Amino acid sequence: MLEVKGITVRYSGLPVMRDLSIKVAQNQTVGVVGANGAGKTTLLKAIMGAVKVAAGEVHFNGRRIDRLRTEEIVRLGLIYVPEGRRLFGPLSVEENLLLGAYTVGDEAAKQRNLEHVYELFPRLAERKKQAVGSMSGGEQQMAAIGRGLMSSPKLLMLDEPSLGLAPLMVSEVFETVRRLQAEGETTVLLVEQNVLEALELSDWAYVLQTGRIRDEGPAKDLLASDGVRRAFLGL
Amino acid sequence: MEELGIQILKSAVSGLIMGLVFALVALGLTVIFGVMDIVNFAHGEFLMVGMYTTLLTSPLLGVDPVLTLPLAGLVGAVLGVMCYFGLIRFLLRGPMIAQLFGTFGLMIFLRNLALLFMGSEPRIVHEGWLVGKSILVGPGVVLESTKVAAAALSLISFAVVWWFINRTRVGKAITATSLDAEGARYMGISTEYMNALAWAVGGASVGVAGGLLVNFWPVEPGVGLLFTMIAFATVALGGFGSVRGALVAGILIGFIVNLPPVWDAILRSIDAAGLRGLEIHSFKYTMVYAVYFLIMVLRPQGLFGWKQ
Repeated sequence: MLEVKGITVRYSGLPVMRDLSIKVAQNQTVGVVGANGAGKTTLLKAIMGAVKVAAGEVHFNGRRIDRLRTEEIVRLGLIYVPEGRRLFGPLSVEENLLLGAYTVGDEAAKQRNLEHVYELFPRLAERKKQAVGSMSGGEQQMAAIGRGLMSSPKLLMLDEPSLGLAPLMVSEVFETVRRLQAEGETTVLLVEQNVLEALELSDWAYVLQTGRIRDEGPAKDLLASDGVRRAFLGL
Repeated sequence: MEELGIQILKSAVSGLIMGLVFALVALGLTVIFGVMDIVNFAHGEFLMVGMYTTLLTSPLLGVDPVLTLPLAGLVGAVLGVMCYFGLIRFLLRGPMIAQLFGTFGLMIFLRNLALLFMGSEPRIVHEGWLVGKSILVGPGVVLESTKVAAAALSLISFAVVWWFINRTRVGKAITATSLDAEGARYMGISTEYMNALAWAVGGASVGVAGGLLVNFWPVEPGVGLLFTMIAFATVALGGFGSVRGALVAGILIGFIVNLPPVWDAILRSIDAAGLRGLEIHSFKYTMVYAVYFLIMVLRPQGLFGWKQ
């Protein structure tokens, strides 16, 4: 479904990511874990066309997308839920959700997606008229994920969805990913610092370190491997 | 004392009327700034183009000046989009200073283009449904129909733009882009398209304002500067990027400009010959800049703004 082939990304001339490749197959949940500054967000932004890919290729559903603009990539069904959420704070919850369906022309489909999101997150339905910026971090993360689901994405890329949330909210976020897996309509690429949870959720995972893949494999195996346990889980 | 009462009434009404026109002039500036953080120094020249559009097309088409307003709006929108694709798009890649000089250059270019084709003679609409008619509001308070109509139509134009931005899907996308352009791109909203749209909306609203203004304010190639300055003050007061702020601040500025005559009337009513030197009616626009300065020092984000 998504294939990143040997991409290099430079920030002001300096390579921050070199010859990196990952693959996401349909209906699989793929985790990308690594410490702060390992290049996880850079990878997702490169896929979205938000940072320039200096070398290598990105393919999505058989189409080369590394020369496309972000808004064209979104229309292909590849949705990025950014780190820090980037909600439109002064606008209401519902306005934010509807902006997530900006590319959806069919009004009925839009309404269906809205109902689906409200069913996933009843709290958003209760607060649909509230300015999204005035909600708690956990509720905002739900709004951000909900907004990402509003265009029925083929692939949903979640960037650090648990960052800065209270423990209860963290498990709620991961619970949501489980429900999406169960529904089976969306493939998820999950980028996390919360290595343990991310690996438990994923089918396949990549370990990123300073812009390179250090390790990859079935998430269960990585979870059991000595390298990962020592480096991330303090065991 | 009676003179003072009349003056207060006069100033209040005239302040409201001019305020609504100022608000419409400032609207385009605040929409453009909100979406792309660019300050358009040529904004007053867009107004001038709108004024000339109504002035020239009304006799040419044989219709009343009021009916040429949609045309003035259209010309403003086209001019805005042309400026965006021909100039602003390239300036965005450069540093802030390039944007300042770029729109400043646009101002000088448009002004001299007008000078070349229209000459320096101030001109005004002489015939029309509204011209020369007036409404008696109270003893000594006479309103020109042109100004009242301009205020009413400003309010209507304002309502249309407000509705477009706050109630339509594309308008919400404009708001999203002004709040966070990168975040909006992740929703599939093209920043380029929203920028061009902001210039179209901004150009159209200031074009309509020009078409209204030329009914009672003479147009000449240099007419834009005063209005650019007032629009800057209005946008700063209301908050950069805020549509509601532009309306409230426009009306406030209208009142501020009409304060000096009230002060002068007070001086006259106490009839002290020695105070004649303190009359300030010739300083009415100075007051606007004094307020602008105060806002910048005390509340740089303006009354309703989220940007500084």
